[in-house]
Amino acid sequence: MSLLNVFNIAGSGMSAQATRLNTVSSNMANANNISGNKDELYRAKNPVFSTVMENVNGEYTSAGVRVDSIQESTVEPSKRYDPNNPLADKNGYIYKSNVNIMEEMANMISASRSYQNNVEILNTAKQMMLATLKLGE
Amino acid sequence: MSIINFDKVLGNHETALKLQSRRASTLSANIANADTPGYKARDLDFKEILKSSTNDLLPMQKTSSSHIASYGMDASGFQLKYRIPNQASLDGNTVDLDMEKSAYAENALRYQTSLRFITGKFKGMMKAFQDN
Repeated sequence: MSLLNVFNIAGSGMSAQATRLNTVSSNMANANNISGNKDELYRAKNPVFSTVMENVNGEYTSAGVRVDSIQESTVEPSKRYDPNNPLADKNGYIYKSNVNIMEEMANMISASRSYQNNVEILNTAKQMMLATLKLGE
Repeated sequence: MSIINFDKVLGNHETALKLQSRRASTLSANIANADTPGYKARDLDFKEILKSSTNDLLPMQKTSSSHIASYGMDASGFQLKYRIPNQASLDGNTVDLDMEKSAYAENALRYQTSLRFITGKFKGMMKAFQDN
């Protein structure tokens, strides 16, 4: 039954969007992290989505979505001269994490809207199924 | 005296229900993949499939998984078509969320309508069965 598929598909969408929200919150929490070592610095993380292709009787029908991987941003972190900072390196520089707060806020809104969309789809499918169960009454 | 033929009583509402539930899952896949780079939105051509299923056209039989499906009513015969995007997206995604959502809502309504029609048919039959 195809309607049962909707639950899996919308569920996968919700879980992917929840992962995205998770990375956003982690980025936001670490937005002001500083370090004297560039390699130890927190870098913005972003999930990469891909479609799960499902094979039904030899036909490829696209189905849900999954998080393929979580990539770290390659943007160069900003450098500041602050020799009094205890974390400063031997030249007196500290590095600030490359999280862009504006980007993260927009990302968060987009993720939460997409999540809500999937919830709505799920609710509608549930109503459709309940109506089917009452068929003939 | 003829025997009651359920196929005749229900008409094409049964086929429509099957199609609409299939369409619901296709549209929900589009919405779930609204943020997936490179995803191409797809949909069923409802009118065409229903027409080919209600006509006397016989669908071509598939004897190998590598055959291209024809317009038939079997589970694998649903022809999914790609949407032509109104506005190109940079990441290759062709999902128009507003359009998909309204199509999904419309499809859900049509599904409920088909259900209502079938219920009406059953009620009519029950009335005919009762003696007074």
